[in-house]
Amino acid sequence: MLKINDLYASVEDKDILKGIDLEIKPGEVHAIMGPNGSGKSTLSSVIAGKEEYEVTRGTIHFEGENILNLSPEERAHLGIFLSFQYPVEIPGISVTNFIRTAVNASRKARGLENMPAAEMLKKIREKAAHLGIDKNFLSRSLNEGFSGGEKKRNEIFQMVMLEPKLTILDETDSGLDIDALRIVAQGVNALKNRDNTVLIITHYQRLLEYIVPDRVHVLYRGKIVKSGGSTLAFELEEKGYDWIKKKIKTT
Amino acid sequence: MELKEKIISSYIAQQDQAIPVNKYVHRLRCEAIDIFEKKGFPTVKEEEWKYTNLIPILRHDYSLFTTQKTSVEHKNIQRYLLDDLDSFRLIFVDGVYSSWLSETTHHGKDICVLSNALSQPKHGAVIENFYGNIAPRHDALSALNTAFAQDGAYVYIPKNTLVEKPIQILYLSTGTNAQMMLHPRNLIVVSEGSHVQIIERHQCLSDNTVLSNSVTEVYAAVNSQVEYFKIQDDRLGASLIDHTFLAQNQNSLCSVNTFSFQGKLIRNNLNFYHRGPGVSSNLKGLTIIRGEQLIDHHTLVDHLHPHCESHEIYKGIFGGKTKGVFNGKIMVHSDAQKTNAFQQNNNILLSKEACIDTKPQLEIFADDVKCSHGCTVGQLNLSALFYLRARGIPEKEAKALLLFAFTEEILQDISIPQLKNRIHKMISNKLDVDLKFEL
Repeated sequence: MLKINDLYASVEDKDILKGIDLEIKPGEVHAIMGPNGSGKSTLSSVIAGKEEYEVTRGTIHFEGENILNLSPEERAHLGIFLSFQYPVEIPGISVTNFIRTAVNASRKARGLENMPAAEMLKKIREKAAHLGIDKNFLSRSLNEGFSGGEKKRNEIFQMVMLEPKLTILDETDSGLDIDALRIVAQGVNALKNRDNTVLIITHYQRLLEYIVPDRVHVLYRGKIVKSGGSTLAFELEEKGYDWIKKKIKTT
Repeated sequence: MELKEKIISSYIAQQDQAIPVNKYVHRLRCEAIDIFEKKGFPTVKEEEWKYTNLIPILRHDYSLFTTQKTSVEHKNIQRYLLDDLDSFRLIFVDGVYSSWLSETTHHGKDICVLSNALSQPKHGAVIENFYGNIAPRHDALSALNTAFAQDGAYVYIPKNTLVEKPIQILYLSTGTNAQMMLHPRNLIVVSEGSHVQIIERHQCLSDNTVLSNSVTEVYAAVNSQVEYFKIQDDRLGASLIDHTFLAQNQNSLCSVNTFSFQGKLIRNNLNFYHRGPGVSSNLKGLTIIRGEQLIDHHTLVDHLHPHCESHEIYKGIFGGKTKGVFNGKIMVHSDAQKTNAFQQNNNILLSKEACIDTKPQLEIFADDVKCSHGCTVGQLNLSALFYLRARGIPEKEAKALLLFAFTEEILQDISIPQLKNRIHKMISNKLDVDLKFEL
């Protein structure tokens, strides 16, 4: 589904990603872990198409199509969803209208008519209730004055509304208490089926207790330095990243 | 011949033909032309005109009086009115009142034309009490209006009257004269406990050059309420210098909302004078322009009495090579204790050539007051733009959505639904998108 080959990316002439290779098959859950500043968020932004990052080498294919020349909105229309680490506050646009506009923009791109207002409202209410989101919350301005947990929950709400094929969770677990974490995981697991793919970017393994990954990769200094099964996450939690750093120094 | 000389000599020439008015008004006009003759048009050397140069729009051979009466059909002006709104209408064509396009009343209140009020003795007392009372006599351009103004809206609302529908005032210019200078003049007197809503617009029907030098005086008596809306979305040949002066008595509530969307040059002088305690003044402005236009907002809130409030929010979106000016003066005099004055001016520049000169100006002489002001100039937030695009909203719509959200604070209090809809449509049109949803 997602195939990244020899990817190099920089921002303001600073090289951040230095040769990433990653392949995720339909239905798989992958986790990328790594210390601060290793390039995790850059990788998610580059997949989503943030223009400040310049890809200097390599390719990203999504369902066989090279997406590097596509705009962020075109990538979204293909079914790529990035749950932001820091969702932006936008006063003046309500959560409901934002999601309506987003859902209909994707439908339009796929040649579908706008979703009828009644159907949209029903879906919004159902999905919100499922995630324990209060009705009042939906008429508030997007992310404005939301707590950290509310922001993340709002991201997951958008995800379930947009039903993406590839979901990237960029540190969605940070700032969440255990209950919120469980709700977020439920949302992701409910969406997960044989064709949906999830890429989890995280510092800690605690989210991985709820969403069990098929593969875990360690990103360090812009490269994937180690890959393994779900047990690798526990190993990292126990030993920290130092043993990997040391190992790299010695090689 | 210079415009100023032309103005002076045509003033003398028209004296013989002018409609007879009462002595008070005659004297006012004579004084006014003297002041204009002495001062002339303001130049950039004057502090109040530092950022707005009038010279380019004064280099025209303006006609000062219309040479012939042009008839205008309702269907040609429908789009400039809120046609679906049940309202009183005062419509002027090239400075002359059009009775058949208008809808006036004398039942329990006067919503009619100023020329009648100025000449008929029964209105004499109101005219002598209010006409020219708050318009600063030594301001050259208001004086020029006082000297030349022949007609405009006259609204007199007696005590405890809720005016049942809004008043639309529309000044049309037809372009019969290739270059035309107009001097519209409105007098609005709202007595104790009354309420009125007014929508004003100046509209040119051709691409000819028009300069409107308009003066509006509003008197809000004790416990009265006035909501005033100005729609400025004229053709690119049209310029407007607007002077709006409001005097507010005890516990009155006045708001002026200015929507500036198009015009060659627009200068708004908006002054609020408090004449009693417990007054509340609201000033809101939204500017969205592209191309090479200039929009200048000069506001003054004169806090003279205790326990008064003023809330001022002006927002601007500037594209192309446009220029914006905001000068917001708030005076809090020593007697105005417990004043609560708030001012905010936020601007988004969409291009490298667009520019804004913004100047909050607070002068506070009382010690127990709450005053705040803030002003920002910036670009569209790129992180917000990426966030919207990453959710599948195309770049153009995403930008428009962010700009729309930016304007929301100005639009939320528009109390006339038809007007709110119209403004929404005008904004979508300015932003070149079809945004159908309510934000």
